[in-house]
Amino acid sequence: MSIFINKDTKVLVQGITGSVGAFHTKQMLEYGTKIVGGVTPGKAGSRIEGVPVFNSVYDAVKATGANASVVYVPPGFAADAICEAFDAGLDIVICITEGIPILDMVKAKRFMGGKKTRLVGPNCPGVITPGECKIGIMPGYIHKPGTIGIVSKSGTLTYEAVHQVTTIGMGQSTCIGIGGDPINGTNFIDVLSAFQADPKTEAVIMIGEIGGTAEEEAAAYVKAKMTKPVVGFVAGQTAPKGKRMGHAGAIISGGKGTAAEKIEAFRAAGISVSETPSDMGNTLARRLGLKVK
Amino acid sequence: MNIHEYQAKAVLSKYGVAVPKGKVADTPAEAEIIAEEFGTAVVVKAQIHAGGRGKGGGVKFAKTPAEAREYAKQIIGMTLVTHQTGPQGKKVKRVLVEQAGRIKRELYLGMVIDRGLSRVVMMASTEGGMEIETVAAKTPEKILKEWVDPAVGLMPFQARKLAFGLGIPGELTGKAVKFMTGLYKAFVDTDCSLAEINPLVLTEDGDIVALDAKMNFDGNGLFRHKDIEVLRDFDEEDPTETEASRFGLSYISLDGDIGCMVNGAGLAMATMDMIKHCGGSPANFLDVGGGASAEQVTNAFRLILSDAKVKAILVNIFGGIMRCDIIAEGVVAAAKTLGLSVPLVVRLEGTNVEKGKEILAAAKLNIISAADMGDAAKKAVLAAAGRAN
Repeated sequence: MSIFINKDTKVLVQGITGSVGAFHTKQMLEYGTKIVGGVTPGKAGSRIEGVPVFNSVYDAVKATGANASVVYVPPGFAADAICEAFDAGLDIVICITEGIPILDMVKAKRFMGGKKTRLVGPNCPGVITPGECKIGIMPGYIHKPGTIGIVSKSGTLTYEAVHQVTTIGMGQSTCIGIGGDPINGTNFIDVLSAFQADPKTEAVIMIGEIGGTAEEEAAAYVKAKMTKPVVGFVAGQTAPKGKRMGHAGAIISGGKGTAAEKIEAFRAAGISVSETPSDMGNTLARRLGLKVK
Repeated sequence: MNIHEYQAKAVLSKYGVAVPKGKVADTPAEAEIIAEEFGTAVVVKAQIHAGGRGKGGGVKFAKTPAEAREYAKQIIGMTLVTHQTGPQGKKVKRVLVEQAGRIKRELYLGMVIDRGLSRVVMMASTEGGMEIETVAAKTPEKILKEWVDPAVGLMPFQARKLAFGLGIPGELTGKAVKFMTGLYKAFVDTDCSLAEINPLVLTEDGDIVALDAKMNFDGNGLFRHKDIEVLRDFDEEDPTETEASRFGLSYISLDGDIGCMVNGAGLAMATMDMIKHCGGSPANFLDVGGGASAEQVTNAFRLILSDAKVKAILVNIFGGIMRCDIIAEGVVAAAKTLGLSVPLVVRLEGTNVEKGKEILAAAKLNIISAADMGDAAKKAVLAAAGRAN
């Protein structure tokens, strides 16, 4: 078991003819992901890495039976691509694109309301179920099948966590990047509840960062509903106020959204907090009663 | 991106938002001419990207054109320090000269994006002139909110609800609705991330006017607003940050002495935290992004080295799509062309890490290599303190 994606997930690549889309299509195919089609309006009939290209998500779904898509469409068109995937009734849409105007996402969220599709991202590394399916831009080889679920706002910090989990001799059930934008689809709580319900996931690492209140809400959820151990880290303890730290959503505004508040909320919820980013693996090991190297 | 008050008022007035009659002056003589033309008392306002200008002496009431000239002379060229500028203050280049009105009441009106609800929210408060964060902390019940459905926009009934909630007299409801719907239209049309009218004033003459105006724009939306983009004032920005944005690098200046170069925003923040944990202090936040080239790495190094405070550099890369050998080549090229004046600590992990380490070793540079993030931070802190590792 795993969450959201597995070996049977049939994936479309939206924006497959762009350089980023084509590059990662190759990477995902090499990992073993079932990429069944690509979508670029006006490019139907061509092939990228042997994958057939369609004009629309509808055409692609009809021809291939795809149930998932990954979006590499440029920022000005990405919200539209997400909505198209929702309209076509896919199970999950994973948007990698960084830099989508926030008001485009406000409109897209309105459109998405009440539909069954799940959005992960935007501005995220994607989702991977090690050994089964990789959708996104993460380096596949660092992952190892196992029982630790990882959820994070940050890409490279997720790789760091994966590496540390591997170093303590464990592997991952599924790793989800929810993205660093102020408005996103899947949030921490959605992922935590899925990990809680997944029999294969034994424990969870949750990585947050400054800005917004998603971490505080997630902590309240952990306290109320989670029985599995959760280890947490929050990036940006030294970030200055009022400055956007790379991610569009990573900003302390009006004194709110600080790392200290989030860490406090984590602790109050019984989450084992990793003091430093290099101690996530060891914190997990201690929480699980394993020997710390 | 931020713009000046006078620019925000010009944008807003295009959308039917009422603003006082005013013009910009670059010199005291111009300020006098404008005041003469208006033929009334005027307010002379310093134009910098920061609030709290009045308290800092950057806003003056002038009864005559001669007074307007005198105040403009005092303000233009002054270094204005407010609670938002930091202790170094900001130099004033120009003033806004506005017709002074008779103020009856001061209110607050603002718009932001509510991240949790994914909606634009209009906020109003009777506490005009106060910072909304202060009002929110002390008397949250005084903030009225209306969330906007993007499919229909701000509805007139919502604007009326806010107007009545603020106690705006019934005969002015029409003007209030026009003001608020205009503000919403401006917000969504120009991809704003924040718009604030503080204070919004009711005048003795029965008008509703934006006495001050602040607009911030979503950088991700700027590509479709060339007319807004040209309003950017580079003098108001940190020159190193501006330079970095030209190379597609995300850079923020900080106060410490350890320069950082990291891939990914989260890892970059975490690296700063790690340095602090080890007793050091980061000189900057620098995210080279997921697909940086050797050239970008060189540019990143140049930016870091341009900061005289930097006593050591820490490179922390977890290569995913970005390969460690590419980073290593960039580091070597940068060290050779720029000359390494300070100790360099490098931690590489991920794709092609062995190849990357070989390249660094073969270059025979004075590079301190680190096993992991913690080790890297410790070594950088020691190096910055001038102690051997």
